[in-house]
Amino acid sequence: MLAYLIRRLFAAAVMLVVIIMVVFGIFFLVPKWAGVDIALSFVGKQADPAAVAGVREKLGLSDPIYMQVWEFFKGIFAGRTYSAGGDVTHCAAPCFGYSFKSEQAVWPVLTDRFPVTLGLALGAAVLWLVFGVAAGVLSALKRGSLWDRSAMVVALAGVSLPIYFTGMLSLAIFAFGLKWLNAQYVPLDQSFTGWFGGMILPWITLAFLYAAMYARITRATMLEVLGEDYIRTARAKGLREQTVIGKHAMRSTMTPILTMLGMDLGALIGGAILTESTFNLPGLGRAVLDAIRNQDLPIILGVTLITSLAVLLANLVVDILYAVIDPRVRLA
Amino acid sequence: MTAPLHEPTAEAAPSAAEEAAVATTGAKAVQGRSLGRIAWERLKRDKLALTGGVVVLVLVLVALLAPVITSLVGQDPDVYHENLIDPLFGTPTGSLGGISGDHLLGVEPVNGRDIFARILYGAQISLLVGFLSALVAVVLGTILGILAGFFGGWVDAVISRVMDGLLAFPQLLFIIALVSVMPNNMLGLTGSSVRVFVMILVIGFFGWPYIGRVVRGQTLSLREREYVEAARSLGAGRFYILFKELLPNLVAPIIVYTTMMIPTNILTEAALSFLGVGVKPPTASWGQMLSNAIDYYDSDPMYMIVPGVAIFITVLAFNLFGDGVRDALDPKGSR
Repeated sequence: MLAYLIRRLFAAAVMLVVIIMVVFGIFFLVPKWAGVDIALSFVGKQADPAAVAGVREKLGLSDPIYMQVWEFFKGIFAGRTYSAGGDVTHCAAPCFGYSFKSEQAVWPVLTDRFPVTLGLALGAAVLWLVFGVAAGVLSALKRGSLWDRSAMVVALAGVSLPIYFTGMLSLAIFAFGLKWLNAQYVPLDQSFTGWFGGMILPWITLAFLYAAMYARITRATMLEVLGEDYIRTARAKGLREQTVIGKHAMRSTMTPILTMLGMDLGALIGGAILTESTFNLPGLGRAVLDAIRNQDLPIILGVTLITSLAVLLANLVVDILYAVIDPRVRLA
Repeated sequence: MTAPLHEPTAEAAPSAAEEAAVATTGAKAVQGRSLGRIAWERLKRDKLALTGGVVVLVLVLVALLAPVITSLVGQDPDVYHENLIDPLFGTPTGSLGGISGDHLLGVEPVNGRDIFARILYGAQISLLVGFLSALVAVVLGTILGILAGFFGGWVDAVISRVMDGLLAFPQLLFIIALVSVMPNNMLGLTGSSVRVFVMILVIGFFGWPYIGRVVRGQTLSLREREYVEAARSLGAGRFYILFKELLPNLVAPIIVYTTMMIPTNILTEAALSFLGVGVKPPTASWGQMLSNAIDYYDSDPMYMIVPGVAIFITVLAFNLFGDGVRDALDPKGSR
């Protein structure tokens, strides 16, 4: 177990370096090759040449790339001071960049927005795991039945619908038409019921897509597992059907589902961006959308970096849990 | 092509041939059939997949003929019809978003552009990006997947780690980041064509690990087969084995994963346009129409329903067709 842990930690460290290289490659190298003046995207609203030159000096954009990356990382631990001539901007200790467009440090934006996205993602994950896996298992057990066929039609529709379209439809029907739910976001610390009510539609919308995917995969895996010899053996031993399905078949069915869950965390961020834009939730996704509209690259950089790190960390946790559940993994 | 293709055919042919023999009650002699032919015959029996395929064909035709069709109905995607707009609310006059004999799917709020024409032109963008980005992914994924599976060792280790990394990353976010740092003019392209070009490259780049993983796995198992051994013992070079012995046997899984990737890429393109990093207005795209429609979901719901349904039908058709192709090409298939 210890050897496995060390190996995983080492792999995670390598991935960390790769992520950092890719993120900085995208934001500093690609524009350079493509001939875009990145300073233009960092400058405030008055983009006169003097301001652009100021930002270039402040960010050290003329320095070699490794110096820029180094400055950025030093900023995370020690804070950073941008200065050009007499114009000095200070960015306090965990400095994940500074948005000259909106005149604010990126880190507070990230910490403000993160809980909203986390709440959205966790709620949706619970919904889709419960309903997706349940629907998939039921479909597999009653293969070819009316339930199976209708569940799979709904699942196919689910993977073919864009999240924002389902979101807008549900807004139009449940919030505007039937007036069942409030479409307004209420912060959790203001009112729990208000927050919960406002999150129901976003949760269902985001969960629907993934529930559909998981139902399809669960059904296929379950069918495969049910054909295995050890299931026949379990039945031949005279075990009750509940035990055969619940204990023997479910365990092997859940293994690939767990793997998928780890891999889908990254995709989930994408889903959260779209859901937040549709429902106007003030999360990280909404921050990215606003940043795209304002061409505010430091915010996009900060969100990209922090979510990649979150995904990396979550994957590490999933992998370790995985090794605890399934001892075979440690040897692989 | 000879030795490798016989291998899977030998497994699938007897059952299919028997079926045919039973169906014709032995009137005709049993014919040998290629793997492609068997797959095609299976596909022909799959009604849902065929429907999906036909819809895809129609969509491709509609996209290609968009200028012809719109001029036939006398509409243009960029002409404003402000006389059809209620000046107070900015929404189309008439019921269902202004649907009429002239405007088959109604007009847009505020400026009154014809939605039918914009949907047709939007299909061009969706399909172009969907197909070409899948092509980029297939080329990259096949080459890197074969290299990883065939050479093993550190080549495999590096390529596999990169694939794992790309698959786990928040892809949409990286695509957004990449598209937003790309210039507005490059390689002689301007405006929307730059965005289309960039989207094709970027979506394709983030899609190759899906193909690469499958190709690597298949290559790993194929390279141990006897016919590869035989070719090697006859003195065939590495590249001969790669392209003449392995590649033909990888065609089936590559086709399957490509058909399943196209709808995902269409959804990604729509999502990018929805978020405002896709094609630029006034070029029409479905995602962008939905993004504009978000402000009118209560006052003019038809404006969101039309492009939403267009995306849904397109992606569903590709998914149905893709599922059918997978079932038809899978030798383990139960049908």
